[in-house]
Amino acid sequence: MSVPGEAALVLQGLRKAYADVVAVDGIDLEAARGECLGLLGPNGAGKTTTIEICEGLTAPDSGTVEVLGMTWRRDAAALRQRIGIQLQETQLAEKLTVAETVTLFRSFYHRGPDIADVIALVQLDEKKGSRVGALSGGQKQRLALACALVGDPDLLFLDEPTTGLDPQARRQVWDLVERLKSSGRTIILTTHYMEEAERLCCRVAIMDHGKIIALGTPRELIASLGADHVVEFALAGGDGAVTVEELRSLEGVLGVRREAGRCLLSVSELHKSVPALLDLVARSGAGLLDLRTHSATLEDVFVSMTGRRLRDE
Amino acid sequence: MSSWVERSSLAQLTKVRFLEFLREPEAIFWSFIFPVLLAAGLGIAFRNQPAQVVKIGATDARLAAALRYEKGLEVRQMDRAAGDAALRTGRILLLAIADAGAVVYRYDDTNPESRNARLLADRALQMASGQPGAVKVSEDLVREPGSRYIDFLVPGLLGMNLMGGGIWGLGFTIVDARRKKLLKRLVASPMSRWEYLLSFLLSRLVMLCLEVLTFVGFAVLVFGVPLRGSVMQLGILCLLASLSFSALGLLIACRVRTIEAVSGLMNFVMLPMWVLSGIFFSAERFPDAVQPFIRILPLTAVIDALRGNMIQGLALAELGWQVAVMMCWLLSAFLTALWLFRWR
Repeated sequence: MSVPGEAALVLQGLRKAYADVVAVDGIDLEAARGECLGLLGPNGAGKTTTIEICEGLTAPDSGTVEVLGMTWRRDAAALRQRIGIQLQETQLAEKLTVAETVTLFRSFYHRGPDIADVIALVQLDEKKGSRVGALSGGQKQRLALACALVGDPDLLFLDEPTTGLDPQARRQVWDLVERLKSSGRTIILTTHYMEEAERLCCRVAIMDHGKIIALGTPRELIASLGADHVVEFALAGGDGAVTVEELRSLEGVLGVRREAGRCLLSVSELHKSVPALLDLVARSGAGLLDLRTHSATLEDVFVSMTGRRLRDE
Repeated sequence: MSSWVERSSLAQLTKVRFLEFLREPEAIFWSFIFPVLLAAGLGIAFRNQPAQVVKIGATDARLAAALRYEKGLEVRQMDRAAGDAALRTGRILLLAIADAGAVVYRYDDTNPESRNARLLADRALQMASGQPGAVKVSEDLVREPGSRYIDFLVPGLLGMNLMGGGIWGLGFTIVDARRKKLLKRLVASPMSRWEYLLSFLLSRLVMLCLEVLTFVGFAVLVFGVPLRGSVMQLGILCLLASLSFSALGLLIACRVRTIEAVSGLMNFVMLPMWVLSGIFFSAERFPDAVQPFIRILPLTAVIDALRGNMIQGLALAELGWQVAVMMCWLLSAFLTALWLFRWR
């Protein structure tokens, strides 16, 4: 049925403006079959508008969308049968049980797995007789995934699948998505959690202000920083004690950023830069309030490209 | 002074209550606008000038002329059959029947207004004769099922029920699904949209059977309300009424996003009909100027048709106007709703 190598999703010159804001500002993107492609960006970056255009729920102002080799204009009915969708913040009917909800959605599809199998896949066996209103946030989200899976979709769209979940529930959803990936489905997901993008996605498109500002595997994107580590510190005397120039001249430091009384250094070799930094601080006479290091993440890629963080703290 | 208000927790708590109230448009409607509208509507129906004019019927011209001496009476001349029908549907409160020199008053003495009509009519006749007590009168009290107030009321309440079920049943469910983005989730699946809307009508029909059977069964068994018309045709009328109101409910809900807004809109649509369409008293009480408007309201058509079937035993063919009004509402509301419907 599917031609090997054929792209699952092709977006060209996609643009969508609302009354007061340009939500999607010229996006070109391709997802290969079997790939998990992530759209990573802060709230308001245009991720949801982009994914909803792909899902045929929003019409673009201009540009073309090709999903599984078909278009929404010509093949909407056939396309709906072959994709699975999980929307951001859908509340399923609270008074129905898990099994009733899955059965309802299953009835919309010509083909697909047994209801019991889908419920087992999302690990809700024990809850199948419970009302939706009585489920936890994580269970509701897994039920939403079950509703996206009842048609045995070739392509799965997940819009912020773990937003608002506690860490344990998030990990359960991740495990589930990983199992779906290994079954060969194409998955397009949006997120503003860099851990999620790093863990689940084969490739990540970083979005900001309706544009894709970087695209690649998580490893490639992080490597593009040129620095494997980030050193973060705060001084008692405030920023004035050491200058940006002094920091930049330290061994192994590739970049310096200041934000809200803290300093962030991108460094290639931790074992050289940290002693040099401590030395500099000691000479300046200012007290060191805080010092931490971490391996560079997609968050650091976003920060280095936009000067802002993914989440507004 | 402002600092005292700011510092006092009681003043702050009271102020917050008040602000919450004012910022809830629904509350304002029910507290201020609804009572005024209701009072205005009922005030017009039961207005003083020339409200105390009581509508009665008389079976011959001389009798009618004599009764017209009383300014408080509006007398229409009609034959016995028309008079009985008018009495049953509440269009007149009393029928004066000429009977070989004597007069028979036919009315329902359980209705205070009818007793009042009898007093006025009798005074007029005795005055006209020039000599109190000259006219021989007798009473023909309407007590048989079909002519009592309860018989008048049951079709009215049935109509009101059909309206509530159709409009509330569809309106709230659809807007709730839209608010929760469930509607959007459903159209993201291959679900057929017309099947979704049709499922509302079908589930309404099942509910309708239960509602009508319970209510009419109760009225028949407990109050002995008669079913003079064809029961089959009564069923058809209920079905048509329910579909019309469901279509209206669909139209009301077709774009609204919040429960508050849809409640307000439903009240706005239903309130005039509660007041004007003759649930509790005949719609003919309202001035002639507004009668054309009242006659095209769907609830008026439904209640008139139900009364025609249940009390007067009219066939469907004789209720052409009412059926036409219902059909118009059904088609225009349903098509407009389909056209305007917002799926997300």
